[in-house]
Formats: sequence, C-alpha cells, structure tokens
Amino acid sequence: MRIECPHCGERDLREFTYRGHALALSRPSEGASAEEWDDFLHNRDNPAGATQDLWRHDPCGAWLVAERSTTTHQVRATRAVRGGEA
Amino acid sequence: MRVRGGHEIDRRTPIRFTFDGRVIEGFQGDTVASALMAAGVRLVGRSFKYHRPRGLVTAGSDEPNALVTTGQGAEQRPNTRATMQEIWPGLEVQSQNRWPSLSIDAMAVNDLVSPFLGAGFYYKTFMWPRSFWEKVYEPAIRRAAGLGALSGDSAADRSERAFAHCDLLVIGAGPTGLMAALTAARAGADVILADENTRPGGRLLSERIEVGDEPGAEWAARAAAELAAMPNVRILSRTTVTGAYDGGTFGALERVALHAAPGAAPPECFWRIAARRAVLAAGALERSIAFPSNDRPGILMAGAARSYLHRWGVTPGKRVAIFGNNSDIYRTAKDLSAAGVEIAFVADTRPGESGKGDWPVFQDARVVATRGRRGLSGIKLDHSGGTAQLRADALLVAGGWNPAVHLTCHMNGRPVWDEAIAAFVPAPGAVPGLIAAGAAAGRFSTAACLADGVRAAGEALEELGYSLRGRPDLPEAEDAPYDITPLWTVKAPGRAWLDLQNDVTTKDVRQAAQENMTSVEHMKRYTTQGMATDQGKGSNVQALAVLADATGRGIAATGTTTFRPPYVPVPIGAMGAGARGEGFAPRRLSPTHAACVARGAPMIEAGLWMRPSYFPRDGERDWRESCDREVGHVRHAAGVADVSTLGKIDVQGPDAGRFLDFVYANGMSGLAPGRVRYGLMLREDGHVMDDGTAARLGDAHFLVSTTTAAAAQVMAHMEFVQQAYLPDLDVAFSSVTDAWAQFAVAGPRARDLLDRVLDRPVSWDGWPFMSCGDVSVGGVPGRLFRISFSGELGYEIAVPARYGGALFEALVARAEDMGGGAYGMEAMNVLRLEKGFLTHAEMHGRVTAFDIGLQGMLSAKKDFIGKGAAARPGLLDATRERLVGLRAVEPEDRIVAGAHLFGETGSEGYVTSAGFSPTLGGFIGLGFLRNGPERYGERLILKDRLRRIEAKVDVVAPGPFDPEGGRMRG
Repeated sequence: MRIECPHCGERDLREFTYRGHALALSRPSEGASAEEWDDFLHNRDNPAGATQDLWRHDPCGAWLVAERSTTTHQVRATRAVRGGEA
Repeated sequence: MRVRGGHEIDRRTPIRFTFDGRVIEGFQGDTVASALMAAGVRLVGRSFKYHRPRGLVTAGSDEPNALVTTGQGAEQRPNTRATMQEIWPGLEVQSQNRWPSLSIDAMAVNDLVSPFLGAGFYYKTFMWPRSFWEKVYEPAIRRAAGLGALSGDSAADRSERAFAHCDLLVIGAGPTGLMAALTAARAGADVILADENTRPGGRLLSERIEVGDEPGAEWAARAAAELAAMPNVRILSRTTVTGAYDGGTFGALERVALHAAPGAAPPECFWRIAARRAVLAAGALERSIAFPSNDRPGILMAGAARSYLHRWGVTPGKRVAIFGNNSDIYRTAKDLSAAGVEIAFVADTRPGESGKGDWPVFQDARVVATRGRRGLSGIKLDHSGGTAQLRADALLVAGGWNPAVHLTCHMNGRPVWDEAIAAFVPAPGAVPGLIAAGAAAGRFSTAACLADGVRAAGEALEELGYSLRGRPDLPEAEDAPYDITPLWTVKAPGRAWLDLQNDVTTKDVRQAAQENMTSVEHMKRYTTQGMATDQGKGSNVQALAVLADATGRGIAATGTTTFRPPYVPVPIGAMGAGARGEGFAPRRLSPTHAACVARGAPMIEAGLWMRPSYFPRDGERDWRESCDREVGHVRHAAGVADVSTLGKIDVQGPDAGRFLDFVYANGMSGLAPGRVRYGLMLREDGHVMDDGTAARLGDAHFLVSTTTAAAAQVMAHMEFVQQAYLPDLDVAFSSVTDAWAQFAVAGPRARDLLDRVLDRPVSWDGWPFMSCGDVSVGGVPGRLFRISFSGELGYEIAVPARYGGALFEALVARAEDMGGGAYGMEAMNVLRLEKGFLTHAEMHGRVTAFDIGLQGMLSAKKDFIGKGAAARPGLLDATRERLVGLRAVEPEDRIVAGAHLFGETGSEGYVTSAGFSPTLGGFIGLGFLRNGPERYGERLILKDRLRRIEAKVDVVAPGPFDPEGGRMRG
C-alpha cells in the first residue's frame, strides 16, 4: 500500500503509523457530556467502503487524514491534519 | 540423453556436481534438471504422501516433483526446484523424502496401503483418542510425509532486500514482455523488465519459431540487447515477480548468486517494486491429462520436453511417445524427430485429426495404462482402431495451456473461464494498474503475443501521459490457431494423478464430491489439491474439471480456488533479509556505553537502548552485593548514573507554555524561567500516558523529559495534539534525546562532587529544589537541573552528547575518590522504590491519576488531554485497584513483581515492582490493591504460584524512606 504524505509525496505503507478513525479530530469541548465523550472515545462505525483514517508519516512527523476504502484498500486522497488541502 | 543444440549451454565448459553423492557432469548453463536428464537420471524424488517414485515433469518454476536440497549446514536449502537451480562446480544436491535412499524407499509401503489414506484420511483416521494427536499421530505423519529439511544450523543471513520504482513493470520477457518493454522504453518511460529465467526470451527459447526473418531466440537476444543499452531500462533476470499488492507494489525474488558457489554476492534479493503501471506477460503453464499411472518417471509435459531440447540439448528418452488434445503434439514430434529422437507414436485425443510425419498417429486415443517400475517402459493405448501396447521410455503430454493468471488474483480478483481456449483468463482490472497481455491473457500465437505486448504497453503509457514515439514495428511471426478439444481425464481403471506434489488423484476429488465437499474451496481442503508448494499450478484446472464433472455443474460455475502470493516459494531469509538481530531491533547506545562496558557492567535492554545493570567490583559475589553497595553510594556519599536515554523534547515558541498546559494534566505556563516541574500526561481516555519533568529554560523555551520507553510515543502524541487541536499556536518542538548526555549526581555529597567538575563555583543557595540553569564544564556549556529520582539531594547535569563519555568518566572517578561511584539500573530501581517513585511498571496503561494518588495534579483551571474522560465516575471509584507500598514482614521473605496479593476475598491486587532495600533491611515493593490507600497497616498474603513464592506483606504508604522528603529538598 502506498500513501501520499502532504509534505513528502507518495511513500510506502511502512513509513506510516495508523491511529484510527479521523473522528478523533472532532474533540468534544470542555464540559461536554459523558455521552459525548463516550462517543468520541469508543464508538466507531465499521463501514464496508469509504472511511477516513488518521496516519502519521513517521519520518516527517506529519499527521494526515486518508480517505480509504476498507474493501479495496485504495487510498483516494490524503490531506494534512493541520490546515491541509486534499 | 544429450542431443544436438541447446542455446543455454556452453559445451566447452563442462561442470561437475553431485546428486546423492554421485558425480554428474553437465555443461555451463545446465540446470540440475537438464543435467540429470542428460545423464539419464529419471528418478529424482519421492512423492509427499505415498513415497511414489517421481521424475521431472516441467522445465520451470511450476515443477511439482523435482524438489531437492542443495548445500549443507548454514548453506542448506531445502525444496529447491531442480528445474530452476543452475549447476556450478562442486554443487551438492540431495534428493528428498526418501529413506534410506531414493531408489529403495522404505516408506513406499504407504503406497501399498493407499486405499486407507485417501481424501480426508487425516480427519477420519486420527480422531481418537484425542491425546494421541500431538504425541503419536502428528509426529508419525510428519516423519512419513514430508519435504526437505533444514539443517538446524543458523542460516547465513546473506540475502538482501531492495526497493525500486518505475513507470512500467513488465513481468516476463517472452515475446509479449519484450515488445511491451521496447514500446515503453522507446517512449522514454522508466521500465523494469523482470524475468524468471537466466536470459530473456520466454517460450521463444523453447520453440522453433521465427520472428521476422530470424530465429525467435536470436530476435529475443537482440531485443534484450537494445533494452539493456537504454538508460531508462533495468532488466532483472532470474527474478520471479511473486506478488501483487496494494497501490502498485509488487514483490519479486531475484536469484542473485544461486547459480554460483557461495561467495561475496548475496544468494537472493527480495525486491519491493513500486510501479505506476505493470504489464503481466508471464505466459502460460502447460497442464497434464489425468490418465492411469500418469506419474511414472519419464512422463512429462510436451512443452517441457521442447524446452529441454531447445534450451539444453537434451531429450527425456530415446524412444518417446506423445499424447495430447491439441496441435502441440505434432510440433513436439517434429522438433524431437529433427533432433534425431525416435518417435514411438503420437496419440491424438481428438477424432479425425492427424498431423503428418514419419510416425504412427492414433486418433481418438486414450492412454489407459503405463508400465515401468522406476521409470516408464511401455504404454497401453485405446484408440479409434482398437488397443495397442507400445514400448517407449518417455511420454510427453500436451493437455493444453493455462494462462499464468496468478498475479491478477492476488487482490481478490477471480479469473474468468474462456470456453474457446478451455482455460481461465484474467479478469480485466483485477489488480489496478496491471494489464495482462499475450499468453497470460489467453492469446497464444507468437504474432498475437508480439502485438499484445505493444497494445498493453501503449495502454499503460497513455494512462501515464507518455506520447507514443518510436513504437516498434511488429515483426512477422506464426499466427497458428490454438486448436484444442479439452480432455481432462481418461476413464480407465487405476489411479490417475492430479496434484503430484500432494498425491491427489481423480478418485480423491470424486470422493470429496460424494461426501458433499462440492464447493471448490471445500474440495481443496479435503483433498489437499493445490495446497503444496506449487499451489497446484499444473493440476488445479484438471481437478476443477473433475469436480465439475462429478457435480454436473460445468467448470465456469465451479470456479477456482484463490491464488495467493507468493507465486513461487520465497525463503523467509530473503523476505526478511537484513531484519535479524540488530537489523530487526537496532541498538541505541548512550555516550557512556564504552565506559560502562569497560567497568564490567552487564548491559541490559531498555527499549532499544542498552543500559548498565550494575557496576561490579572485585570481591562481589553477585549482582545484589553490587546493587546494595551502589544504593549506599547514593544514600551516604555520591552516586553517578547515566540518564541520557530518557526522552528529551525541546519545545520553543511564544505559545510553548499554553501548548504544554494542554498536553500535561497539570499547569506549565505559570512555571517561572529557571524552574522545573513534575508533569503528568494522560491519554484522551483518562489513563496515564507518561510522566516526566518540564524545565523552563527561558520565556519561550521549555525542555520536556519523558521516560526512556515512552519517548517516541510522547513525541508522536504531542505532534498529533498540536496539528489536530492547536494548529494556530506559535510553537515548535523537536526530539533532542540523542543531542544531550545527562547524568544524575545524587547523594549527600552531590554538591561537593559537582564542585570538582564545574568550571565556576555555583552558589548552591541559588539552586533550590526544582530549579535549573546554565553551567560550564571543562569549557563546554552545559545545563544543570536540581531534580531527584533517588530521594537524595540530587542534580542532573547535561552536556552535548559528544562530551558525555568524558564527563561520565570524570564524575565517576571523583565520586569514587569520595567513597561513592557509578550506579546502574538495579540500584536506580531500589532507590526509587524506597521513595515510591513510579516507572512504566506502574504506569502500565491501565491506571489513572486517581489510581496512583495524583488526582490532585489534574488542573481545574484549564482543559487538557484526558480531562473529560478522567472525570468519569468509574475511574474515580474508591474500590479500584490503587497504588500502595509493600514491605515483607519476615526479613528473609521476598517480594516479586507479578505476584498476587491475597486478602479475605481472594486476589485483591498485584505487585508491579519489587526489590531489596539495603537502607530498610528487607524487601519492599509497589503494587495495586483494591481500596489501596484505605488499607495501610493491613497484612496480606503474597503468592506467586509460578515461582512458588508465598510471603506475608504489610500494606504501607508508597515510599517508606524519608517520607517528608527532607533529604531531597534540603
């Protein structure tokens, strides 16, 4: 599998570390309810098809969002977590 | 037997090797298989299950029978295909799966009882009693049924791995692949041409075919030479592409130096090739026909016989018979006859077909029996005119061709049945970016292959945006139709073999169907059809046909099993080349490593780092004596410990404080410059991630320390938090772990010791507990922190890493003069246990700040990572397992980490760390206990049932030594 780092270009999978769904970007604000935290921390969909993953490009330290298909492993697009465009 | 011709061999260079100890002479360019055939050796192996005598069947990597072992000891390589192993002077080859010898194999008795060993016999026979499976049945089966063995010696780790990128990967260098590569190379694309054989050409080397106005082999050599001269082309010979993976990545195994005596070159190289596009020009594999006793040595594929003839100038027999269901049988007869080989007969399964020649031709023919004990001697034939018994020492079978679709199936693609050629062809688009062409796509004539190579490369180039210039002219070549009337099996008494490597017969497949294993995947597993190391390359389609016949479904509806990578077996040593020992887990060495080793310190792993365990001195009998002494150095004089391996992250920028406020559970922005604060980091789920200190070196400059093991995790976490949640903060940070050497200097005489190395006297009153600042050591700028992990008056002094070794030596020498010395990990552990300080033994991922009694550090004034989750009621439940200190009641009793703490209700907690405290005169420990802090003073039973330890322990507050901290702060 190959993933496009927004800074370094396309690289082999083994340069990346996986972190889970990009939902982790939508952090509840301080004082959110226990249910909101539960959702944020634990509840994830398990789609057959398009999903959004968080990956870290270890050599440069950039976190990125990859639009990936869980059925074909195709990575359609990536963008930097910080202000990045696809 | 050797005949004329053979463009792979150099007859001027004879080469001797041994087969089971017997010296065989071949020529430079021979494979073990061609040399054995030339020497008249027909019996080359014994079958896996029944130990039946077997001979060569193919001339390529699909060979099921001729598996041999080469070399000895660390160089021993089992299950090498004799057809792929080129010979070199002194090569030692052993046959496999026979005892005591290949010609007399005692286990051949299996063959006599084969009626009891049919499909599913493992599942039916060895069911009872259950306990027999591991001890009796499995070892017996493993002894009786087998492949080659490893020597048991550690393999020489000499293979390599390599990475490559290209515009177009062309897989196979036959007519299709060469044309594809020429088309792409002339257009300027970056091309890799990978081919399994020694030289490019594919079937052009194995047939008498003209391309343009020259022999096919010469055309191939010229095309390859043109490609080799181009700077944008790389030709990988002896390289099998083994797998197709996501994103245009391919695996490939190159036999770099297996064709020569072991030397400096790596035997094999495993490539990972990232290709923007790929053309699959892997050709096709010939299949057999399942007739009775079709596994006798001397019965092989007709196409293989033509390969042996044209490539190496050998024939499998003096008087050969040919049997098949397509026009290849006549081509085979002509080629062998032209080389002076006697043709016994040609048996055409088709009625009314007949090629010309000086040999008998039987129509509507079936081979119904064969004779010959260890090799073929006679054939019985049914044909349109009756039956015939004929003498022959080789039988060449042409059952049709299967396109090599394997790579197109590696990403879940399913091949499609093509009735016209009675074979499966690749489903288009099965692997994104991979275009099948030529024989691999079911186009079998040479002219069609040449044209298809141009077409496939053209499609790929267009997608890549190359303009097609210099497109090669298509040379003239044969364009004969592929004329096949499929025949899969001959219905006659006797065992007809499908999978030669796993000894599967047509009867086994029919039996599977009868027992309702009608799904192709069930049949495969029940009979083991296609589950051997050749993955059923030469037999799967026949087996499907038998299953289709037995179930009345047709082959297309029956479908195929799944081809998985690798296409050919890949040694683990090649796939994982370089990833052994330090190649797998690199060792990180502190600047003091050499000094520690010179002092005799045993070095132990801490993550990837090596750290000194203790520093033995003369007269000390064991590590405990050294450890106890080193604890005493710190408690009574001055000790020096290397703490360079702790993670250090340099955080800078106007918003550095605000950033750390969000990362740490406690506040950091209020820290004054020149001060240090202990900090606790949580994960977002409210559990403790790591702890350490943050030193404020300037208004906009912090230095954060992490534990040794968590340094990388904390760095990645901080990057995520900043990029995901705080992108607008003006802050940057970098790991400086390797940039600084840092030493703990601790003990009542720590200041005295530091005074002896610092360039300028320090006003110690100006360095209160938890302060930091710049110092100078031997003219080198350094940093000094007043922090303590031992509970004594303590400092940590840091200098740039390259001065670390020298400073450590200087500190230790002066400490020794003062009655102190260096201390290692063991003493460090005892010192911190005496104080109740925590490590990752306690912060093991399942504990909260509440559990370790640090709930008070969680700031109420700000948001931080983990704040929301840490407030969940379940994480603040008093009955949770919470941190306690432990002391052994009896002086001789041990406390061990991992032991359980038993109270009235059974196990109520566990021990995380323990050690002998010379200061307190007994074993102490830390652990977690339900309602822990409410139970100080209780007496519990410690049990470790693995090490058979049982002891009485008292629950105490963590850190029984100097609980007020007067020594540390004073």
